[in-house]
Amino acid sequence: MNASELQSSYELVVVGGGPAGLAAATLAAKAGVQTVLFDENPGVGGQIYRGITNTPVADRAILGEDYWAGAVLASEAEASGATIVNGATVWSLDPNRLVGVSIAGQARMVKTQRVIVATGSMERPFPIPGWTLPGVMTAGAAQTVLKAQGLVPTGRTIMAGCGPLLWLLAAQLLRAGAKIEAILDTAPRINWLKAAMHLPGFLLSPYWSKGLALLREVKAKAPVIAAHRVEAHGKDKLSEVVFATGAGERRMKADLLLLHHGVVPNVNLAMAAGVAHRWNSRQLCFEPVVDADFATSLRGIAVAGDGAGIAGGTAAAERGRIAAIAAVQALRPAASVMDVQTVRQSLAREEMGRAFLDALYQPAPSFRRPTGDTIACRCEEVTARQVRDTADLGCEGPNQMKAFLRCGMGPCQGRLCGLTVTELIAEQRRSTPDEVGYYRLRPPVKPITLAELASLPKTEAERKAVER
Amino acid sequence: MFKRLSKPRGETGEAVSLKVDGKPIRARAGDTVAGAMLAAGVDRFRTTPVTESPRAPYCLMGVCFDCLVTIDGVGSRQACLVPVREGMAVETQIGKREAGR
Amino acid sequence: MAGNEYDVAVVGGGLVGAATSWGLAREGLRVALLDEGDRDVRASRGNFALVWVQSKGLGLAAYAGWTIRSSDAWGGFSDLLKQETGLDVCFQRPGGFHLALSETELEARANVLKRLHDQPGIVEYKTEILDHGQVAKMLPDIGPEVVGASYCPLDGHVNSLRLFRTLHTAINARGVTYLPSHRVENITKEGGEFRLHTEKGEVRAGKVALAAGNANMRLAPMVGLEAPMRPERGQIVVTERLRPFLDYPVVTLRQTDEGTVMIGDSKEESTDPRGLTIGVSSTEAERAVRQFPLLANVNVVRTWSAIRVMTQDGFPIYDESETHPGAFVLCCHSGVTLCANHALTVAPMIARGALDKSLVAPFSARRFHVQAPQ
Repeated sequence: MNASELQSSYELVVVGGGPAGLAAATLAAKAGVQTVLFDENPGVGGQIYRGITNTPVADRAILGEDYWAGAVLASEAEASGATIVNGATVWSLDPNRLVGVSIAGQARMVKTQRVIVATGSMERPFPIPGWTLPGVMTAGAAQTVLKAQGLVPTGRTIMAGCGPLLWLLAAQLLRAGAKIEAILDTAPRINWLKAAMHLPGFLLSPYWSKGLALLREVKAKAPVIAAHRVEAHGKDKLSEVVFATGAGERRMKADLLLLHHGVVPNVNLAMAAGVAHRWNSRQLCFEPVVDADFATSLRGIAVAGDGAGIAGGTAAAERGRIAAIAAVQALRPAASVMDVQTVRQSLAREEMGRAFLDALYQPAPSFRRPTGDTIACRCEEVTARQVRDTADLGCEGPNQMKAFLRCGMGPCQGRLCGLTVTELIAEQRRSTPDEVGYYRLRPPVKPITLAELASLPKTEAERKAVER
Repeated sequence: MFKRLSKPRGETGEAVSLKVDGKPIRARAGDTVAGAMLAAGVDRFRTTPVTESPRAPYCLMGVCFDCLVTIDGVGSRQACLVPVREGMAVETQIGKREAGR
Repeated sequence: MAGNEYDVAVVGGGLVGAATSWGLAREGLRVALLDEGDRDVRASRGNFALVWVQSKGLGLAAYAGWTIRSSDAWGGFSDLLKQETGLDVCFQRPGGFHLALSETELEARANVLKRLHDQPGIVEYKTEILDHGQVAKMLPDIGPEVVGASYCPLDGHVNSLRLFRTLHTAINARGVTYLPSHRVENITKEGGEFRLHTEKGEVRAGKVALAAGNANMRLAPMVGLEAPMRPERGQIVVTERLRPFLDYPVVTLRQTDEGTVMIGDSKEESTDPRGLTIGVSSTEAERAVRQFPLLANVNVVRTWSAIRVMTQDGFPIYDESETHPGAFVLCCHSGVTLCANHALTVAPMIARGALDKSLVAPFSARRFHVQAPQ
């Protein structure tokens, strides 16, 4: 579908085709709500079910049954009657629910009564020396090319970080025949103490037995080394990983370094719309303020899935359903939908083990608040030292910092530096991330061309505001 | 850095041909440009517009913008989001983009 | 005035306040600079960075002379800043253009310049109207729809965000006390000193200089001054970094030293800095592509809106208080263009305790009470 084929308005716009978006669109469309789902990737599935409709990975054991569960969500959405548009980048959302979307280089504005933002999560910035070198990637990136394209790392591969996804990816890569030279486990030992109080909930959660099996599987095939400092070295690309262990510094030749410190909500679209956000001190990230139906501070705009705070893929689908039920009840009060209480119970089960994982895998401060010449903002190549020095000058927040140093001004629009800059300022000014706040974001949250912007409708007053 | 799994599902193989900086490479229908380039062993996608330091994909999910390349004459395209097409001409991007292309 | 914490308290940490503080510190004064917080309205983060002369002064001839004074001082000023901080604000004065996309626009332009230069008492300076061919010699990438332009060799531009940072770096080095999150709630004068009441406590100073942009409207009456303001919103579109293609600034479009292209100059009545009107950005983009067609496929990476600091007649206000001696107010729209004046001319006047009437008398707010002759 191209942009000119879109209707000028829909009853419901769902942004993102991961589990939350697919489940929400399916439920709403089945209840008779006129629904469109925009997803910027070539196929649906989001990150967790990436490539679910066309993956070349034939051996189901490689990716595991949790992955293949996504096929049901995708086929249900396909059959639901929702209009699903891939390759569609939503670059603007305003409080009046006017959605700016771009498809194959053509931009359109679409009106809607309800929006469910299901833009999911992205990996937390992992600002270590050398993290911009070719050959250094996120673990999620390696998983994406495995799922969608059947690519497996060759050469000397090292993984570093902590979090459930790191172990899952390690297992998947090993099953696919990759060799992993080492897994550098950065989870601070002290985290076990903090996590212990959440252990009972974890033991009841679905993560428990799966997680243990995964750890055993990986540890049998790859060396796991505890490391409290990791650096990527190389001139034009990665050649060596240097890390500090309890027994001193070590060096390993490497061709690929995969980094992972958990995932954080991808907040740009909701923030640019003006949705109120707050700092989550357990997950160390900003998340939208939502109610039990995932409604935000803006009327008619909900954020579901990991975008509303990290809870994982299956929880994301339940959250999508809850947000969709609220949308259906508002738009089609007579329509019959599934009982929301049942969905809430499933969600509660899914969320049960989360606190334990959050505490166990909270990355150490030294990995979140870099020093010296380590790059904080990859786009504008702003270093940690510059951010710290400028904070010392009296710069209290990320917006003044952006004006002074250009951090957050590049094409990624702060996604890869926002949390780092906030945390650095907070540390330097002896403040808190909540007080420091985040970049003020504006559309377009993804770049569009000047010609696309120029092609949009304008009122006479809007013209008069410029033409003189 | 990467190779293809030996036994792909229901496959036509690497049926698509494209060029990267003038050199022909093969890709699988359904690949993204970034995936095809990684499979072909390309380890530098661009240099930055700030210091011209080399970069390659970091996130492969559309958020980091380190996979920006010129595709069929249009600069700064996200290689991780664009599917391959037969005959595509891809160029790695050096430094700042040139206006008009 | 023993016992004062500071000789002068400057209110407003934007370009006007920071430049004034720097100038005061150079005079050897102990200066406190009071600012608001990170998320407050801040015109200095939203400006277009021109050091602009053409078309300034229609309706107040003295404004043209004041502007040229600053434009002429800018080169030396940027050198001074570089010596002190090592930072280059990239001031350039190649001359600037105002492009017209129709004969009507070009005629309107010529008419404005004629009326401007016909005013009694106006300082002589060169502006010319050029046709498409003449413009294309200097701006080879203009599109066929550009019918002509006005050009003034005195126009230039600067990296205004780096200027902002440079001023803050310079005042820090000169020992100015910068006090962020010190929104001034009230100002009183007791025992010969000013007491500025803020959310974070009281600051005492011998003199006070109000440089708080549109907020001067609220603050000025506290010290017997007035600042009638008329804020308006402007929006700007910014592209990704490009290789250099544009050697001259255009009043609505300029390439920064970093390579990005800024496109802007909209005017809306709204005073909501958070809002952004896509139709306005779209109009700006459309005109930019007509002016420079090679920009069509370039990526927009940011847009923003900001509230212009604008007095009711658009001209600056510089005043000193009769009822509260030692209190001064500075208001202007062109915080970048006039930065050199604020640092090198106005600040020394404040340090001496009296404005130099020969230079700034025309900019007193008293003009708002004089009935204009019909």
